[in-house]
Amino acid sequence: MTEQLKAIEEKAKEELSKAVDLKSLDEIRVKFLGKKGEITGILKQMGKLSPEERPVIGQLANKVRADIEESITAAQNTLKSMAAAKKLEAERIDVTLPGKAPRLGAAHPLNATLAEVEEVFLGMGFDIVEGPEVETDHYCFEALNMPKHHPARDTQDTFYINENVLLRTQTSSVQIRTMEQMKPPIRIISPGRVYRSDAVDATHSPLFHQIEGLVIDKGITMADLKGTLELLLRRLYGEDTQLRFRPHHFPYTEPSAEVDLMCFNCHGKGCSMCKGEGYVELLGSGMVHPKVLEGCGIDPEVYSGFAFGIGLERITMGRYSINDMRLLYENDMRFLNQF
Amino acid sequence: MDLSMKWLADYVDCKCDTKKFCDEMTLSGSKVECFREEGDYISNVVVGHVVDIVPHPNSDHMFICQIDVGEGEPVQIVTGAQNVKKGDYVPAAKHKSTVLHEGKPVKITKGKLRGEASNGMLCSLDELGLTLHDFPYAIEDGIFILGDDCDKTVGMDIKKAIGFDDTVVEFEITSNRPDCLSVTGLAREAAATFNIKADIKEPTFKGVDGDINEIMSVEIHNPELCPRYMAGYVKNVKIGPSPRWLRERLRASGVRPINNFVDITNFVMLEYGQPMHAFDLRYVSGAKINIRNAKAGEKITTLDGVERELSEEMLVIADAEKPVAVAGVMGGEYSGIMDDTTAVVFESACFDGASVRTTAKKLGMRTDASARFEKGLDPENTYFALMRAFELVEQLGCGEVVRTYIDCDKTVAKDKGVTFDPDWINGFLGTDIPAAQQEEYLTRLGFEIKDGKAYAPYYRIDIECKSDLAEEVARLYGYNNIPDTIIRGVAQAKLTRKQRFDRTVTNAMLGMGVNEITTFSFISPKYFDKIRLSKESKLRNTVVISNPLGEDTSVMRTTILPSVMEVLARNYSFRNAECYAFELGNEYIPVDGEVLPEEPERLGIGLYDANGKIDFYTVKGMIEELLDKCGAPEYEVARPAENTAFDEVSAFHPGRVAVITIEGKELAIFGELHPETCENYGIGCRAYAAKVNIPELMEVCAEQKTYKPLPKFPAATRDLSLICDDEMPAALIERTIKDAAGSILESVTLFDLYKGKQIAEGKKSISYSLTLRSHEGTLTDEQADKTMEKVIKALAAQGAELRS
Repeated sequence: MTEQLKAIEEKAKEELSKAVDLKSLDEIRVKFLGKKGEITGILKQMGKLSPEERPVIGQLANKVRADIEESITAAQNTLKSMAAAKKLEAERIDVTLPGKAPRLGAAHPLNATLAEVEEVFLGMGFDIVEGPEVETDHYCFEALNMPKHHPARDTQDTFYINENVLLRTQTSSVQIRTMEQMKPPIRIISPGRVYRSDAVDATHSPLFHQIEGLVIDKGITMADLKGTLELLLRRLYGEDTQLRFRPHHFPYTEPSAEVDLMCFNCHGKGCSMCKGEGYVELLGSGMVHPKVLEGCGIDPEVYSGFAFGIGLERITMGRYSINDMRLLYENDMRFLNQF
Repeated sequence: MDLSMKWLADYVDCKCDTKKFCDEMTLSGSKVECFREEGDYISNVVVGHVVDIVPHPNSDHMFICQIDVGEGEPVQIVTGAQNVKKGDYVPAAKHKSTVLHEGKPVKITKGKLRGEASNGMLCSLDELGLTLHDFPYAIEDGIFILGDDCDKTVGMDIKKAIGFDDTVVEFEITSNRPDCLSVTGLAREAAATFNIKADIKEPTFKGVDGDINEIMSVEIHNPELCPRYMAGYVKNVKIGPSPRWLRERLRASGVRPINNFVDITNFVMLEYGQPMHAFDLRYVSGAKINIRNAKAGEKITTLDGVERELSEEMLVIADAEKPVAVAGVMGGEYSGIMDDTTAVVFESACFDGASVRTTAKKLGMRTDASARFEKGLDPENTYFALMRAFELVEQLGCGEVVRTYIDCDKTVAKDKGVTFDPDWINGFLGTDIPAAQQEEYLTRLGFEIKDGKAYAPYYRIDIECKSDLAEEVARLYGYNNIPDTIIRGVAQAKLTRKQRFDRTVTNAMLGMGVNEITTFSFISPKYFDKIRLSKESKLRNTVVISNPLGEDTSVMRTTILPSVMEVLARNYSFRNAECYAFELGNEYIPVDGEVLPEEPERLGIGLYDANGKIDFYTVKGMIEELLDKCGAPEYEVARPAENTAFDEVSAFHPGRVAVITIEGKELAIFGELHPETCENYGIGCRAYAAKVNIPELMEVCAEQKTYKPLPKFPAATRDLSLICDDEMPAALIERTIKDAAGSILESVTLFDLYKGKQIAEGKKSISYSLTLRSHEGTLTDEQADKTMEKVIKALAAQGAELRS
């Protein structure tokens, strides 16, 4: 019987080696391990054996059965993975064909830049405040220490609706509204559209955007103004940004400062990009004029503060190397799709 | 302000090159725009001596000259000019030189003119970039023959020889510093900047005997607008050209030399910043000067030859009868200096800035004088200016100054002292500048420190408060030497609900593949016609700009639609195959009885796809997706009512437009644009647009979304195919299903819409898939069937039958 069992195992293995598909494996299983299979046939004859032989043969028969089973499973696995590999091979595609992207819109470069500036300021604790674009003379000029006939009004060619209503030339108007409504400490930026009567060309537009900032608290210094602007401009333009502060005049700040950025092209030596100056004018700033504070009901003997204003177009054009402001308002899809 | 460096050198010596001078002045507050060398386009032109001149053998109008240019042998130059004589000194452009031709630099090289060698060119004033104003003795069409006021050293660079070698620095002077619109003002700033002394002497004159009060009189009728008026008298005047040094300084400053007296007034204005005027006394009727307001209807012909009508708020200088000058702006033609003038009255006066500004603006004539007056000048300056004019008359020997002069001084002395507190200044600037150092800076700038107060020099009209002193200290200390510090204290910032909502809207639109645009807020009133707005539409009532750049930008938009349309049109004209655009921007709506308009925020969407990849349902889908992302409550989509709040409805295709209503409020309109609208904008394919009222939408949207538990029990799905009238809106069917099924209905989705074969004319087949689910337990078939029965019954009542 032992011989028989060994022969069955040999035979099974031989047949398995010839099996080419899952179906023939199944047939082998039935033939050797099935209810009418050869192993079962052996086991059925166990009764004829002596009590001593029975466990020995039983054990052997079980081992043979397990071996065959194991071999069948192994053969099954091999065949399955071969079949899978064949299927995957058949599914091979040209990965260099174009992709099918879902369409995504592009944020306008001005707003993308603004969002980044706002993020920097939110991080520094500045709230974002908005205000009307059609504004009264009071908020745009008078309250900013620019009474009627003030010569500084000439630098801001204004669109008027009537004698007292105009299109704001600066978002400083929002600062006045804020100071009237909020008590210090105040830390805000006021971004938005502003209007000046400049004809459209590569560097001018009758509508453009400003971001003005205002900080009012006890003990605010000009050094704080410098530190804040340094921080902002390094975040926007990179750590190696070099700034130059120089005296200027704005009626609503005293002292006033203009801030220049060292030309990235020539590093201060002077080139065609900076018109030989070595620096590019970037923003205006200063310590809030005591008359402005007083006008808003804030005691200049107790509080001080600083303010600044940046042109969003200038930052945006610098960031993306856009050389013509008109592109920003033309809204050509070929332009916008680049962002 | 153009500053002649030669002129500046009369007062200070900064001992540095021009670049350094410009940089330092900029950092101390006098911003330099640029600088240029006079005649820098001229090269290799020298003083030549005409040693011989003979007619050209092959020409009847040319001459062959032998010119000594200081190089041993004379060079031969052919000229076509007729005014050159042997012995003349002339500008000789040598081989490889540059001169001007019709205003542009050209290279001169040697060549042959009708067979004769010519090794250069003799130059006219024009070819050097000069005019007869610079050298009045020269002739228009001819070579410039150097006069005795030029250096005739043969071979000398011509620019040096004729004094055309100044360096001009262009300053941007801020409106608070009119004193720096003068050479002396900038000299003082330079002296303070470089910590050197400026040598500005008080002008003096000898004068001749005479009592001015016997010759003329002055009366100020409106001291508020004219606090001081000084007048001086010069007799035995000899009008003629000014000497070269004076003409040179005027030219470098950008002022054209005219004659000695006019030049003196301009010179003094440039030097002292005090505008002056010179009258011919013959034409001052009654020898009486009245400073008064103009009378209504009065007229004057100003020096530029234009007759101007004056109005009552304008201040004029009038004689006994008529205005002879517009105060602070321009003199009258009639009473100006002429070649035969023999008696001159100098005016040196102070006029109110605002008044001069208004007058100049109203008359449309900004002059060098008005530009200075309107910034506010100190009355004290009138004295120095008049003295300087007298001094110059005597220096030029062009008249006799009567020693006595008129000084109508109505100024009120005021204490100009400002508290000087070095500690406060340090606290304000964030610096640690020693008090003595601060005092030194102020003293350098001409301040006087006395009893804890700083007294500004008379010419500094801008010093009013402590922060003004802080700026003075800071600018000499150097802004860039102030430390950079971080604001102390903690501040928390957060976006407002509106700002967050705007970001949600923007991100949703970007996510749906629409590009963000930025358009102008002003439009043309004609655009209302282009979007087919009815003549009576309230949107035609706009905020109108009184001084627009042009009609296209003359009114503030009351609807965002035309702005979006412009973008669609522009892209179509650029032949872009598609345009998906949105803008989140304001409309400007006038409000009766309010000073300022309302500025509601609107979302404008414009779409076209020339390849026809989009339709009405694309824009509808976008709006629905947007509402979903914004957390909008249940809304209704319907055809716009007859009286819809959206006047823009007329821009849309009447059969393909819908309005979104939430809680009874119309919040959005969208649809396909009317073919006529597209035609008006030159758009040759179907285009779509939408407008969403953002603040109103935000109002009804949930500020915070809340999570709904995921379903625990399985859902049952049932499909429903219906036949109904083609006219029956899908929304009605869906509404009917929802109402009949009740809370058990989870969703209802359209999956088929069919018209045509097998469906009767005027009918449609419409199929929905319903998902039913209970939150209490697994839905039985029985429950589901019961619900469906109710639904079918309700639909039948509306006229939609089950398709058999």
